[in-house]
Amino acid sequence: MSEEIKSFTISVYTENNIGLLNRISAIFQRRHINIESLTTSQSEIENVNRFVIVVNITESQAIKVVKQIEKQVEALRAYYHTDEETIYTESCMFKIKSDLLFEEPQIQNIIKDSNARIVTVNKKFFVLEKSGRRHEIELLRRELNVFGIMQFVRSGRIAVTKEEMKISEMLSAFNNQL
Amino acid sequence: MKTQTANKTQNVTEKTERITGSEAIIRCLIAEGVDILYGYPGGAIMPVYDELYKFKDQISHILTRHEQGAAHAAQGYARISGRVGVAMATSGPGATNLVTGIADAQIDSTPLVCITGQVASHLLGSDAFQETDIVGISTPVTKWNCQVTEASQIPEALAKAFYLAKSGRPGPVLVDITKDAQFGELDFKYEKCKGVRSYIPVPPTDLETVAKAAELINNAKKPLIVWGQGIILSQAEEQLKAVIEKAGIPSAWTILGASAIPTSHPLNIGMVGMHGNYAPNVLTNECDVLIAIGMRFDDRVTGNLNTYAKQAKVIHFEIDPAEVDKNVKTDVAVLGDAKSSLTALLPLLNNNTHNEWHQKFKDLYAIEFEKIIKDDITPTKEGLTMGEVLRQININTKGNAAIVSDVGQHQMIACRYSEFNITKSNITSGGLGTMGFALPAAIGAKMAAPDREVVAIIGDGGYQMTIQELGTIFQNKVPVKIVVLNNEFLGMVRQWQQLFFDKRYASTEMTNPDFVTIAKGYYIEGKRVTKRDELATAVKEMIASKDAYFLEVCVEKEDNVFPMIPSGASVSDIRLS
Ligand SMILES: Cc1ncc(C[n+]2csc(CCOP(=O)(O)OP(=O)(O)O)c2C)c(N)n1
Repeated sequence: MSEEIKSFTISVYTENNIGLLNRISAIFQRRHINIESLTTSQSEIENVNRFVIVVNITESQAIKVVKQIEKQVEALRAYYHTDEETIYTESCMFKIKSDLLFEEPQIQNIIKDSNARIVTVNKKFFVLEKSGRRHEIELLRRELNVFGIMQFVRSGRIAVTKEEMKISEMLSAFNNQL
Repeated sequence: MKTQTANKTQNVTEKTERITGSEAIIRCLIAEGVDILYGYPGGAIMPVYDELYKFKDQISHILTRHEQGAAHAAQGYARISGRVGVAMATSGPGATNLVTGIADAQIDSTPLVCITGQVASHLLGSDAFQETDIVGISTPVTKWNCQVTEASQIPEALAKAFYLAKSGRPGPVLVDITKDAQFGELDFKYEKCKGVRSYIPVPPTDLETVAKAAELINNAKKPLIVWGQGIILSQAEEQLKAVIEKAGIPSAWTILGASAIPTSHPLNIGMVGMHGNYAPNVLTNECDVLIAIGMRFDDRVTGNLNTYAKQAKVIHFEIDPAEVDKNVKTDVAVLGDAKSSLTALLPLLNNNTHNEWHQKFKDLYAIEFEKIIKDDITPTKEGLTMGEVLRQININTKGNAAIVSDVGQHQMIACRYSEFNITKSNITSGGLGTMGFALPAAIGAKMAAPDREVVAIIGDGGYQMTIQELGTIFQNKVPVKIVVLNNEFLGMVRQWQQLFFDKRYASTEMTNPDFVTIAKGYYIEGKRVTKRDELATAVKEMIASKDAYFLEVCVEKEDNVFPMIPSGASVSDIRLS
């Protein structure tokens, strides 16, 4: 009965609370699930945060984890979605020696073809930024690696879902009970 | 704590007053109706103790002999009364000593508010003296916790703490309060918390699923109910009884569900699980509809999940959505409070008796009685058994005692053989299996229900984990009855060594002190029984005592608890020997 392990994006709407990151990550830790990426930011609702967590697990694990996250007092709602059910992206930055920009004209083509953006240039280095899918970022990294990368950093996935998540309705229902 | 907008509050005190944070803590406790709390002082919580001194005519603080004892005493208080237990400790080691009790309360859904002192906020994170990150440490074992660093945050934090501990599926919460917040001043006004917007304590009962459940039950030929502590927590004992009687359903309980329906009830067919009764375990794999109410399919209940009740349709009445389909896939999940769900269910049920089905339970009980129970409770061999001690306790308390058991063989025997007439009377550490639980929990239970007979049943191993609480019993004159069933072994572990490790008794034999002398050292009356003909009078004398009483019974060293589902085996492969 072994179920397929897939990439799931877990979205959690929460109160803005100091200990909550710990509480949520502990749920994955207890079940020995490795978190591929985790980002947290303000959501579309004022004073409500949103976690986007990417994990490789089975769907039945995803269901259980989402319920255990929702059970946390300060978690408003949690959802899980497959990659197909979300629009997602990652972003990355490269710091590269400025000389290369002039010595290796090929770099200019790579930048253009990859839709990367030059954030800043100075005498010593320039910084490239690119958003996109993992394989695009990986391709760019491999291409630039040939010339030497001073620093590389990639963010976790951020994602919006195709499905509507009715948090505002839930919050106004609570306020109406007051 | 950025939660002002997120909480619903109710005015209790209108006018504000300028007081210190530590006074506010005590005033909050009083406003929440706390009459007793358990704890241990130390540097970071001293301002609060100073206020406890000033308010001692309104709230009493019981000094336990270890913070673990304070947590367990608060649990015992909560379990027998249904009220919130309160434990208090200083920072660092005081706080970490609470953790075992907190974890126990978390897994057994016991409402607890723990208050810990913390170093001053400017020292946080600096490895200050007795600083420990108790909020971080307790996060996985609390329903909710928070740190308070300003006096003005105290009332709201404590209001939320009490609300969260008690509402919905109860659990322990911890509020960590820095010393400067205790010393600081605030305009005090207490408002009870009535809701938190990110938290749904009780999912509403869905009448459609109740109807589906009723239909399955009405069409069942061989229904079986297994109820858990959810019945006790939602005070649904009467509703459960009505359902059982109307539909004529044989009903079994988990260890924490014990006592919700009297032992003598004809449809009460005993305990499920590893050392539960033969019939309900075996017939779990024969029933056509399994109705689980307020229980969570713990692995000690289900044995091997792959062979658990596979033939049955499963109905799960449950307050916590995270429990549904966690271990056992349900056909109908009725979310909601057990009391309201069962109230909705009752009128939809047909009258039934299921006589033939019930006869199967009686037949299997007869086998269990012949092979096990008879020799457990009325033995003919020379050595004393734990079961016969329980039988004497039943006789002398007429089934009206609260039984507080520790963890091990004696616990299983206590749960199997105690007779219960009154609900909330089986107080034991179920989910965590915490040795050392019983003695302090009995203190809390007795103080919360002074009119009840409270009997602690403890093994010689677990007794020595919290034996120092005899000091608390003595100092506060808590008239609990303490029974140590001494087999000179860590019996339950020894049993496993005998059955599964070829009798290699690694570190399970105990050379014990003179327990009666120790009790006497605390001025507690005590007796040791080694022979059968002394037992009945000794138990009688103990129960008759108005004061605390210690009874040691030297039982057979190498007795085993049966029936037993070996771990990983199927419930229907339960062993009788
Ligand atoms: C704190 C703690 N440590 C270890 C265990 C593992 N354990 C479970 S039962 C048991 C033996 C208990 O011995 P005793 O208290 O003498 O009771 P008996 O089984 O002999 O009745 C042990 C060591 C536990 N449950 N709790």
